[in-house]
Amino acid sequence: MPPFGIGLMHCELTAEALDLAALVAAVEDAECGAIVTFLGVVRADDDPEGRVEALAYEAYEELALREMRAIGAEASSRFGPARVAVAHRTGLCAVGEASVAIAVAAAHRAAAFDACEYAIDELKKRVAVWKQERYRGGATRWRPNAER
Amino acid sequence: MKIKLLAFASLRELLGGPAREVELRDGATLAELWNELVRERPRFKELERSTRFARNGEFAAADTALREGDEVALMPPFGGG
Repeated sequence: MPPFGIGLMHCELTAEALDLAALVAAVEDAECGAIVTFLGVVRADDDPEGRVEALAYEAYEELALREMRAIGAEASSRFGPARVAVAHRTGLCAVGEASVAIAVAAAHRAAAFDACEYAIDELKKRVAVWKQERYRGGATRWRPNAER
Repeated sequence: MKIKLLAFASLRELLGGPAREVELRDGATLAELWNELVRERPRFKELERSTRFARNGEFAAADTALREGDEVALMPPFGGG
């Protein structure tokens, strides 16, 4: 067993602004020489409907949290050992705001990069969260993630 | 038996709200519940292939048998991240 606690350290769905520093604090450990972080940020896409001004996120919290926890544990067991923290927004996120944040700590950087990439890829496929694009001019559209 | 139905995102809008109660025969499956919704609102049919189900907070297949008081969620393709 590694000398540090491994797996999912922190997991949340929140209507508040995401705090990447808090996620880093949740995963840092004296035995971990690498921390990789990912922030997904709302982008001002130009869509045929208009320019995206915000995304409205909705979650099935019980199922979403269960799957986020499972993904954190898998990221550690497949690529780690690693310490993983994941947070996702609910509610309205304006352009420039972070909608998802992930921090992964591992002994060395390769494991931390791989585990972090796995976590965001799986989150987009498996976590029960939906986003509605809100365009300038008032139109809206539910936007699923691309099939992979 | 009574089932609590939850729906999210585009399916919530089509259902006309985030939750409602549905009355089904004892032992009915998720597929039967879905067919009931399609009878009520034919537009659900177009969404059949992309819809996933959960029963009591866990993913569930269409042939899953339901029980009195179950909570069933209808979920369109995810859009997190």
